[in-house]
Amino acid sequence: MLPARSFIPLAAFLAVAALLAIGLQNDPHKIPSMLIDKPTPDFALTSLTGDDNGFSHHDLKGNVSLLNVFASWCPGCRVEHPMLMQLAARGDVPIYGLNWKDRQADSKRWLAKNQNPYARVGLDESGRVGIDLGVTGVPETFVIDRTGRIRYRYPGPITQEVWQEHFEPLLKDLRGLQ
Amino acid sequence: MAAEAGLFAIIIALFISLVQSIVPLALMRRGGPAAAAFVRQAAIGQFVFIAVAFGCLTYAFVTSDFSVQVVAANSHTLKPLLYKVSGVWGNHEGSMLLWVLILSLFGAAVALFGDNLPDRLQANVLGVHGLIGLGFLTFIVITSNPFTRLINPPADGNGLNPILQDPGLAIHPPFLYLGYVGFSMAFSFSVAALIEGKVDASWARWVRPWVLAAWCFLTVGITLGSAWAYYTLGWGGWWFWDPVENASFMPWLAGTALLHSALVVERRHALISWTILLGILTFSLSLIGTFLVRSGVLTSVHSFAQDPSRGAFILALILLSTGGALTLFAIRAPRLRNGAPFAIISREGGLTVNNILLTTATATVFLGTFYPIFVDMMGNDKISVGPPYYNMTFVPIMVPLLLAMPIGPILKWKRDDIRSAMGRLKPAAYACLVAAIITLVVTLGHNVLATFFMAIAAWLVFGSFAILVHRTRIGSVPLSKSFWLARTTPLAFYGLIIAHAGMGVTIAGITGMTNWATEKIEMLRPGQSLQLSGYDVRLRSVGDIAGPNYEAERGYFDIARRGKPFAQLYSERRFYPVRQQQTTAAGIRTNLISNLYVTLGDPDGKGSWAVRFYYHPFMPLVWLGALTMSLGGFISLFDRRLRVGAPQRSATGLFAVPAE
Amino acid sequence: MRGKKKPWLKVTAATLLMGLVLAPCHAVTPDEVLKDPVLESRARALSQQLRCVVCQNQSIDDSNAPLAHDLRVLLRERLAAGDSDQQATDFLVARYGNFVLLKPPLHWNTVPLWIGPFLILLIAGIGFRRYFGRSKHAATPEAPSPLSDNEEQRLEMLLGDGRSV
Repeated sequence: MLPARSFIPLAAFLAVAALLAIGLQNDPHKIPSMLIDKPTPDFALTSLTGDDNGFSHHDLKGNVSLLNVFASWCPGCRVEHPMLMQLAARGDVPIYGLNWKDRQADSKRWLAKNQNPYARVGLDESGRVGIDLGVTGVPETFVIDRTGRIRYRYPGPITQEVWQEHFEPLLKDLRGLQ
Repeated sequence: MAAEAGLFAIIIALFISLVQSIVPLALMRRGGPAAAAFVRQAAIGQFVFIAVAFGCLTYAFVTSDFSVQVVAANSHTLKPLLYKVSGVWGNHEGSMLLWVLILSLFGAAVALFGDNLPDRLQANVLGVHGLIGLGFLTFIVITSNPFTRLINPPADGNGLNPILQDPGLAIHPPFLYLGYVGFSMAFSFSVAALIEGKVDASWARWVRPWVLAAWCFLTVGITLGSAWAYYTLGWGGWWFWDPVENASFMPWLAGTALLHSALVVERRHALISWTILLGILTFSLSLIGTFLVRSGVLTSVHSFAQDPSRGAFILALILLSTGGALTLFAIRAPRLRNGAPFAIISREGGLTVNNILLTTATATVFLGTFYPIFVDMMGNDKISVGPPYYNMTFVPIMVPLLLAMPIGPILKWKRDDIRSAMGRLKPAAYACLVAAIITLVVTLGHNVLATFFMAIAAWLVFGSFAILVHRTRIGSVPLSKSFWLARTTPLAFYGLIIAHAGMGVTIAGITGMTNWATEKIEMLRPGQSLQLSGYDVRLRSVGDIAGPNYEAERGYFDIARRGKPFAQLYSERRFYPVRQQQTTAAGIRTNLISNLYVTLGDPDGKGSWAVRFYYHPFMPLVWLGALTMSLGGFISLFDRRLRVGAPQRSATGLFAVPAE
Repeated sequence: MRGKKKPWLKVTAATLLMGLVLAPCHAVTPDEVLKDPVLESRARALSQQLRCVVCQNQSIDDSNAPLAHDLRVLLRERLAAGDSDQQATDFLVARYGNFVLLKPPLHWNTVPLWIGPFLILLIAGIGFRRYFGRSKHAATPEAPSPLSDNEEQRLEMLLGDGRSV
């Protein structure tokens, strides 16, 4: 009868291999948001057009909404833009924009050229609001519920598949709760 | 044409590796000279064809054949020739080809130089080795074919990442691969021993040259990587505990344990299971390292493109090879009888302690590297494990090992008395004390850790002297006798003391860098200067220059020490139009004991530039010490005893222990 | 002027001068540096322990990424505003999670990480002792006491060849 002891290296190795196999499925770049189920951090920004009361965290209360972090220098934002226009046209969920680490002139030009899907756009030139939101790149999109709590964060451009898989079910849930 | 020939050559090599594995394992009982001869030819043949394939790929790169996909993705006509060649392995497919080239090189070497191996062992070793080759050649053909053609070849390629356009790329990967792919031979020997079901003292003697060679190359490879990072990355960092750095460091640690463990098998026929296990483990760690770099499991500056499908294939290969080897180990290891017992205080005892500490150190680095994956799996939390962790775990484990390093070699085999052993090391202890006092004085008593580690460095270096003195009986016998003893001492002894002393030098280097490095940044206009650590650094001028495939802004610096001109350096900010990348080249001045390091930073648009100046005491010692260790290893390789034929088997049977 | 350079220095500088950096050099810019040296050194020490979350395995002290710059500035603001080291770090952890700490915190899920190495050492040590306990019980005669140095010397001279190492 073989001593169990000599099987220890094999057992340890198999455990490691299992770990590595599981590890293959995760993306080391994606860090989870720390703000899930927490209220949107307070902020008050000037808006893009500058002619109204600006854009603050109060605006995110009352409706289920999306907060999309974007910049004119970001190629991925250009890629997801048509999708955002579609969603804005459908009109079932308001999309607010956070213009991150960008210049007002550049983003105005970008939105004029590509059309504006946003109900409001806040200018976060310094990137501080982005840091408060734990933003690590653009584009990122947050789902915010009626009470102003962040319920989900998606890093990367929103495609049709992404929308159907990640956003639709959640939005249905959130809106279902009266 | 060359690409097709290359692919054809790989496929032939694959079939050769197939027969190379099947023949000895199928003919297990009936083996004999014929099987061994066949397998030898196969191993040589495999190497030849892979070399042909490698030549074809190099040809494609050198002639800028952009119809070959990897060339188009990674090369450019304007690239200097050296980087066209080294670019062959600057990408995943090419580097895998280099990998199997070196794998087959070791196989061919055992075939050509392993005359003193018994036929059956040689056949089994090369058979197992062939299996590894088979696995990786299949991997290449199926997932990483370097010879795929593009239907519409572009007029010019994408160019090579500027970071890789550096002589470092020409030498760091080849040495690294010679090292950790070289450990495949230890793996093959271990598995062959398990297949045969016996391990005798001569097995260890046959394995050791191959382990030693791989270890030396790996030491050089890691050192080169560290030095390359230092001058390339622009802030004088030389070790980051990055997952891929760890991936080469773990086989090094395990390989060091293996090297020392094999010694005990050879001399005392003990620690056999441990040695076999280490033989398997070291190469498995190399394989896991290969997996890490190419699978996208962890972020690292070293990663090739993230490709989980390739990762899955490599993982499957690891499961088969390591899993298979460890299963065989579980079944066969209990049969390996251990030989003569020994006391705790003895050379074997010291080597066992060495084994334990190095294995624990390896496990620690492994734990730190892979724990983030575990945490991610457990919940939605992501953590980082960085240098602070390793400083608090790895370093405390290494300290007892460093203390033991001079003691081990001076102990007698089987049994010794600790007091007399320490007595032989008295000179080293005195040197240790002196170093501690000097450091205490220099640091004004503020830095206890630095004092401690400088004392350890002295302990190691002077411990080697003490061992030499003891060996040659200097002082207690006539000088002519000492000379005679020195002349007749085997080379392995000199290798040992040189390598151990080298470690001391490295420790001194690390201590210096960690504790006494200084830096300063200032915005300077041409003509202005900054002062640091007794040096005056003046930005003389900034001008534009053009390189072969980049444009640069070059800053010229005059460095003075105590009012007298000391050095002139320049630093560049380079822009590579093909890749649209900006990089910085540092100006470094070394006197082999300390470095001055200056970089030109961003301009403020108003006539000033950000200038960074670093003073790095003892930095070169880190690498010089490591190269010394490797030199010690190479010297040991020339020891006559490692190359003569197998020792005579004693008449009383396989497990007889030489009476001593 | 160039001709005055020592030749070997030129070679050294030329050969050592390469280095092409994707994220250009060490990152703290002069305008970030705080006036108060105590605060600045705290900031530097802390930055070295904080990970740049958008980089490949660098601290915010080392990285030149824009986000790293922002975080360095933010950190200095918090310290200048009176935060302790722990508070400033917690501020960043609240936003980016434990990922941002290069020294993993001691939580229930990192206990194996921190005690693992010493546990392994302990187990190995126990195995070591048991091995020696077992080998003592093995039926081998008591080995003779080791030769003294003088006896060894005489033995070597009698044998007349170099003993193995």
